[in-house]
Parts: sequence; structure tokens; C-alpha cells
Amino acid sequence: MDLFEYQARDVFEKHGVPVLGGIVATTPEEARAAAERLGGGTVVVKAQVKTGGRGKAGGVKLAHSPEEAEARATEILGMDIKGHTVHRVMIAEGAKIAEEYYFSVLLDRAERRYLAMASVEGGMEIEQLAVERPEALARVPVDPIVGIDAAKAQEIVSAAGFAADIADEVADVIEKLWRVYANEDATLVEVNPLVKTEDGKIIALDGKVTLDDNAAFRQAEHAALEDKEAADPLEAKAKELDLNYVKLDGEVGIIGNGAGLVMSTLDVVAYAGEQYGVGPANFLDIGGGANAEVMANGLHVILGDEQVKSVFVNVFGGITACDEVANGIVKALEILGDEATKPLVVRLDGNNVVEGRRILDEANHPLVTMVDTMDDAAAKAAELAK
Amino acid sequence: MSIFLDANSRVIVQGMTGAEGQKHTRRMLGSGTQIVGGVNPRKAGTSVDFDVTPIGPGAEERSAGTVSVPVFGTVAEAMEATGADVSVVFVPPAHTKGAVIEAVDAGMPLVVIITEGIPVADTAEFFTYAQNKGVRLIGPNCPGIISPGKSNVGITPADITGPGRIGLVSKSGTLTYQMMYELRDIGFTTAIGIGGDPIIGTTHIDALEAFEADPDTELIVMIGEIGGDAEERAAEFIKANVTKPVVGYVAGFTAPEGKTMGHAGAIVSGSSGTAEAKKEALEAAGVKVGKTPSETARLARELLQG
Repeated sequence: MDLFEYQARDVFEKHGVPVLGGIVATTPEEARAAAERLGGGTVVVKAQVKTGGRGKAGGVKLAHSPEEAEARATEILGMDIKGHTVHRVMIAEGAKIAEEYYFSVLLDRAERRYLAMASVEGGMEIEQLAVERPEALARVPVDPIVGIDAAKAQEIVSAAGFAADIADEVADVIEKLWRVYANEDATLVEVNPLVKTEDGKIIALDGKVTLDDNAAFRQAEHAALEDKEAADPLEAKAKELDLNYVKLDGEVGIIGNGAGLVMSTLDVVAYAGEQYGVGPANFLDIGGGANAEVMANGLHVILGDEQVKSVFVNVFGGITACDEVANGIVKALEILGDEATKPLVVRLDGNNVVEGRRILDEANHPLVTMVDTMDDAAAKAAELAK
Repeated sequence: MSIFLDANSRVIVQGMTGAEGQKHTRRMLGSGTQIVGGVNPRKAGTSVDFDVTPIGPGAEERSAGTVSVPVFGTVAEAMEATGADVSVVFVPPAHTKGAVIEAVDAGMPLVVIITEGIPVADTAEFFTYAQNKGVRLIGPNCPGIISPGKSNVGITPADITGPGRIGLVSKSGTLTYQMMYELRDIGFTTAIGIGGDPIIGTTHIDALEAFEADPDTELIVMIGEIGGDAEERAAEFIKANVTKPVVGYVAGFTAPEGKTMGHAGAIVSGSSGTAEAKKEALEAAGVKVGKTPSETARLARELLQG
């Protein structure tokens, strides 16, 4: 889960990282009140969207009074920035910036450890800096067992070439940012820019934090950080039903078991659908639990997608035998009753497939077509969705 | 031969007394795996009875019946008593790190982690710990490893196919089963599911290297999916080190950017981790890449016949 800037700011503050005052607002009136609470002086009104380039898009504006903050918030709220609607702004204290730096720590998948990156040339997009001036971006590996201790923080600071007069203070901030990374189960903590103010303070001015969803069981506070408004309504419904579902924009609903097989099913449907101009409508992995209830829940979510014209159920019976899956489909259709209106193409293979196919044959449901192979079934489902 | 796992492998199960652990221990016993013990500190000194039905290759030569598996308090005790050289881990995510570190400390040479949903910080930590001590991990979030007719550690169905000439390495469980099924008449030396998490123990490259060295493996099938750059790195490795034919498949061409597709590691970030880039890298290394699982199987078949 990616956090909004204001959420990252709050998490930074919790772990002692120096930040400026910032208050989130969802209406112009709230923006005005926030500016007043911050002392009534100059503030920055910043669009809260989970994408880059908001400054260029006009989503960050200076306001010299609470009235101006309200006016700027009126302009920014509701803006569209790269497909993201602005529902919130952060009213942030202004700072007199002397220098801008960059720092991040993230998961290095290839090396199977963490990587800290730092630069005294902050402010620009880091991808651009990495390409144009790679020598200006220090990359320091971090051992997952040790983390960033005082010695590692010093190593990062000296690799990036921070000036001697601020080195210790930057190292201290880096250690605190590591606490954010480790204690919050983050997979990315990025500060861009990390700034030195004119009066010599080091402050994390803008932050990006990605949290590990797998750690939710030990991070009770993280659930409250979820952006429920932004979630697709079908994805939200699927989540409530504990289904692993991702909405796409095609016409063929997909149910399968196993993430790899479902991804593969989407691809095969996309190829088969080319000639009809149709494609996969969703990703839905029902895992090993292909029982009637899970199948019914899955179909319920998929059939709630008005774009869906056919559904492809692609199951390889591994641990779950095909007869259980077939019974699941039959019972799911009973549970759904009149709600089931779209044709279902079913491909079963693997463990106990003969019995599974017999069960579906016997049920002889008018909406169900059985096809033996994944490729042919995808072609049939695509044809039915044209 | 086979890689990493053979008929002599002596296996203990960490988390054997839990629901998943019990279910799959019974299946592993049914496929002929030498399960020599389980670990649970609260049930040390007891044993668990499994009602075993033989399945898979050689099933007719084994008899059905009850098998009693002893439970030990620690991995070290289990190893000392049984001579185990493989541990398979079914313990829940909150306790997986501790279980793996215990196995590594006991000197277990191979630890196979089936558990899904482990925080990546825990995996990073126990992977580093295992690496420092020279212990091979497979997984996490994987189906495990099967050398058909010899041993099966994890949750792969043993009755899909038998021993043969193909080596298979895959990020995905069900695609592993699908590919084994498509090529069931030829059979496999070893099929290894390496898992779809951002950090995994055994990689495509480790498996490719082992299959290249295994005299019985004539062809390697490699299955990848979106996310990370493991397939690109494997392609470089193949170009420089693999003389045997390799057939590839990559899932997730239609996956949208920024969405996690089931596996924690299956995510396209910006322009990196796409299926297209992986396919191109593999093809540039001389790997034949199928568009669908069935086409991939056909390519493998043609190469073996040619």
C-alpha cells in the first residue's frame, strides 16, 4: 500500500523524523482553518495524489493568508492529475530552503537485501538523476539483519558527500528514517526533497512510503491508512469477501486457481479476444478453496461488473480435485439463482477430471459450456463476449 | 538423477500438527516421501498417525495403511534422532521467521518454505541468515519441489506425472502443475516451484545451474511472471552457462501497471518487470518462449523429438 504524502508525514513525525507542520483538508473551509491553525502566515497547499508530477500539473500552490489558502484549495480540490482526482490537500508550513537533497531506502529484490540511496542533488526526479548523473547518487547496500545503524548512516552520508557541517544531523535523520522503514514494515521510504533550511535545519519536506501488505497482521494501525474512496467498488466488494480480485476493463470475466494460472488465463483470453475486440475483465484467484461459497462469491463480484458478457472458469485440479470444483460451480449457480445471467465457459483439468466433467454434464445447466483445453475455452469465452 | 531432492532425502515437517501441515504430510507420505519427523515444542515426545493412501509413480508397490510420525521438540533434536536433511515449513506467517532460523541454526542443509503471506522484512532477514550459513532455501510462498517417483516435498500433486527427462523451474504453483500435466507423457527429473514473493531463496538461476549439471535432465522448462528482473538475469545466465535447450513461458502480459496480481512479487512498476521485457530477454538468450502454456509444451516436445 502506498501512502499519501500527509500520511507519510505523520508516520515520519511518529518516529522522530523532522517534518514541517502539515494538516490534511478535504474542503476549502477546512483548508482555511488549517492555515489558521498553522499560524495564519504563508503556507503551501499541496494536492494529495499517489502519483508524481503534481507540481507541474498545478497541484502545489503558495498561499500567504488563510483566505488565499481557501482559494487555492478550491482550485486544487477536484483537479485531475494523471487520472487521479484530488480529494484532499495538505496545508503545509512554508520553509526557506537553502539546499535540497535526496534519500531513500527500499527493497532490492535482485540482491535480496535493502538498498539506501542518497544524493546532495535533490529536488529532481530520482530516475532522471540516476540516468543523467549516476555518480551523484550514492547507492549503499543495507544488510537486512543489521539495518541502518549509526555506522551505516555515516557510511551513507559520506558516500553521498554531504558537507561536514550537516553530516551528523543528516546521519541522525537517516537513522530515524530507517526506524520508519523497519518499524512500519515498509518496502520503500523516500524523501525528496530532504532539505536544509536557511537557518540550517534538516527537514523531510516530501515523503513517499510503501507499506508491506503481508505485514498487516502485526501493524494494526495500517488498516486506517487505506484509501477506501479510491478503491474500485468491485475491488472493495471483493476485498470484503476475502477474494483476490483486480478489476480490468474487458468483457470476459475470469475465475481461476493460482496467481500464475490466472495471469496466464488473462493473457490467453486477450489473444483469443483480439479478433472480437474483447479482453479479460478481471483477475480473480480463488486459490485452493474452490468450494461453492467461494465460487458463488467470485461469480457474484464478476457478474456485478456490467461490462462482463461471459465468464471463463479455468481450474487446474491440483490439491483441489475437479469433482469438488464442479460441485462448487453447480451449487454456486443454485445460490446465485436469477443473478446468474451470463454464459459460463468451464475448463477443468487435472485431479479427478473425469468425475468433475461428469458432474457438470449431469447438471446440464443452460449457462454452462465445458471445453477441454485452456486455449479452446478462452476462444469460446471470447466469442461469447463479442 | 534429480536436483536438490532424491529418494534418499529424509524430511521433517515444521508445522506438521497444524491443519495444512497434517493434510500435506499425509499426501507427501502417500507419494513415497521419507517423512521422518515433525517439530512442535508443545507436543514433543508424541507422534501423529497418518492414514496413508499411495499416490503417483510407484503407488502400486507401496501399501496403504497407518504411518506413525514422531514429533520432536526442536529441529536439532529431530535431526539428531532421524538424520533428516530436508525440512519443509508449514508454520503460519507470524512464526515462519523463527522456524526457518531454527532450522538454519540446527544445520539443516535444505529448507523448503510453503507458507504464503510472510512479511518481506522477515524473508529478507531469514534469507540473509541462511545465506551466511550456506543453507539452501526454497520459497517462500511456493508449492515446493518434487522429483517424481523419488520424493515430494511440499504440496505438488504427485499423481500428475512420473520421472522423465525434463527439468522444470517456475514462480507459479498451478502453472507448474499445468506444465507437468501437458508434458506428463515425457516426465520430469525434478519440478521446482521457487515462489512468487519479492525475495525468494532458490532462484531460476540456481535451478538452471543444477539442471545443466544433472545428467538426466535433457531439457529445461522455465516459467516466469511479471515483477522484478529474475527472468532477465536468468536469460543472461542461460546465454553464458546453459548448453541444454531451454523453453520459457512468462505470465502476465495483460497485467496493468501498479497492481499486485495475486503473488506479492507479481507487480509491474513503471516500465520495469513487464512480461514483454522478460520474453525479449529470454528470446535474445536463445530460449524458445511460448505464447501460452500449451504452446510452450509443444515447443518443449518438438525440441525433445528433434
